[in-house]
Amino acid sequence: MSADQLVTTEREVTAPAVVRKRRSLARPVLNVFMIVIGLVFLLPLLWLILASFNPTADGTLAMPHPFSLLNYHLVIRAGAGAAIRNSLYLAGVSTVIATAVSTMAGFMLARRKIRFKGLVLVLILFLTGLPITLLLIPTYQIFVHLNWLNSKFYTSLVLASMSVPFSIWLLKNFIGQVPGEFEEAAAIEGASEISILFRIVIPLIIPGILVAAILTFINSWGSFLIPLVLDANPSDTPGAVGIYQFMSANGQVQFGQLAAYSVLFSVPVIILYLISSRWLSGGFSFAGGVKG
Amino acid sequence: MTTLAKPPTSDDTAIAEPRLRSAIRHVVTTAWLFPSAALLIGLFIIPTCYAVYLGFTNLELLGQYAQNYNFTGLANLQRMIHDPTFWLSVKLTLIFVIGSGVIAQTVLGLALALLGQRVNVIARSSVGAIVILAWVLPEITVAFVWYSFSQAGGTLSHLFGVPNSDLLSTVPMLVVCMANAWRGTAFSMLLLSAGLRNVPREVDEAAQLEGAGYWRRLFTVTLPIIRPTLMINLLLITLATISDFTLIFAMTQGGPGNQTAILPVYMYIEAFQFNQLGYGTTIALTLVLIGAILSIAYIRQLRPELQDSTS
Repeated sequence: MSADQLVTTEREVTAPAVVRKRRSLARPVLNVFMIVIGLVFLLPLLWLILASFNPTADGTLAMPHPFSLLNYHLVIRAGAGAAIRNSLYLAGVSTVIATAVSTMAGFMLARRKIRFKGLVLVLILFLTGLPITLLLIPTYQIFVHLNWLNSKFYTSLVLASMSVPFSIWLLKNFIGQVPGEFEEAAAIEGASEISILFRIVIPLIIPGILVAAILTFINSWGSFLIPLVLDANPSDTPGAVGIYQFMSANGQVQFGQLAAYSVLFSVPVIILYLISSRWLSGGFSFAGGVKG
Repeated sequence: MTTLAKPPTSDDTAIAEPRLRSAIRHVVTTAWLFPSAALLIGLFIIPTCYAVYLGFTNLELLGQYAQNYNFTGLANLQRMIHDPTFWLSVKLTLIFVIGSGVIAQTVLGLALALLGQRVNVIARSSVGAIVILAWVLPEITVAFVWYSFSQAGGTLSHLFGVPNSDLLSTVPMLVVCMANAWRGTAFSMLLLSAGLRNVPREVDEAAQLEGAGYWRRLFTVTLPIIRPTLMINLLLITLATISDFTLIFAMTQGGPGNQTAILPVYMYIEAFQFNQLGYGTTIALTLVLIGAILSIAYIRQLRPELQDSTS
């Protein structure tokens, strides 16, 4: 059983018997209540999965008969695969860039004396709260001047910068928890900064780097507004924009195919979340793991 | 954090030329900070300053004012004050933030966190997994699922007892609020159950011995203790909800008739559908201002608590 229940049994010596009795009577009711909430939350998820296997799906929760992979087949032929590859590019490139530059900055901010460091850190924290809605129009305007519009790479650069403030904070704190003695010893032996980072610091903070990378990847993967505005090239359309265009296309909404598309688009993120929640301890047990 | 930073250690390793070594060190430090500094300055600081300027211009997406736009002083502000759609949008934004974020997500999240303490471990972890799954899904998927659910003949329409009406045309704001509550409850649940774990059991038991019932203890003992967590939760939810775009835009594009055009959506419509980039920026600046005012209000609420807990 869970830890808090162990604590309860331990403390029962001091708790009055009446209270214990009332609690045990209330439990079944609370369990039922919890399960009802869970079922309500489950309905939309269940619909999504069932509809994706149902070629004649509509907005109603219904069992497909028979289960069919036709939706998946059709939606991949209609370009879902290419769109998901574009999402992979945007999320992959932005994750590599954001994680690399944040690790370097986090290392220096954790280890070196830097003038106005406190102020810089507060400014970076403040940047995490700035909405993209404010940055969108000026960024668009800058991209017009630099001729950077309709480029997957520059769009990924913007996505990377969105994750940098949070990643720097996360990695700075991770590196700050690693004792500096190894690095000092290596420096005495004459190791360069780069070899210290790669041979000593990075192996010690791999969980932190993975968490930063996965959070960046999840955010970039789901991003919609930035690629919608900055990259109008139809062959660069990522999955999120692709689903939107499919939804708002003229004619009958293809619920089944869209459900299949959404499932294909969501699975990578769910897998990554499961991996990262291991690193963040706890995971699916309410235990923590705050998405950035 | 900052206290963990170590002073430079170069002095004791210096063999021949300590000053040269420290100069090299300085250059290396700067070089390593440079890439992130360039990204943050180029794609955060400069755009933010540029936004403050563009908000007072007549820049347009296409046409004569796309190239030769001018500074128009307070014209955009004046236009905004007399724009009924803008005020509708402010109202809708507040409904969205308060209704789906502050009330629905927080109350549901708190309820799940409190229930999680007392139900059996199987119910807790399976319901927790479902709620978290809804939160992990990409926003566009959430938008699509709730869009389908609220169609005529959709499950939500059936549950509402009006199977033949399209809920996104009859009660659009309610549907998008429900979708956002469904998506965001996990965050409050996780944050608040972490807060609840830090409530000392002794305090609760002392109140129990005094004969206080569950609800009395909840409101006079537990909630006051987790108040700082609650306030941080509210602050983060407010900031996330106030700038949310994808969910509503993909479900309704702000319609029907601007009835779901919260400020980020209205900004997009003005800027990229009606070409008014300058006016759109003014709307975005107003949005940030509202967010800042709300944040300051929360932080002021939080400050006495923080002082209490540190003393």
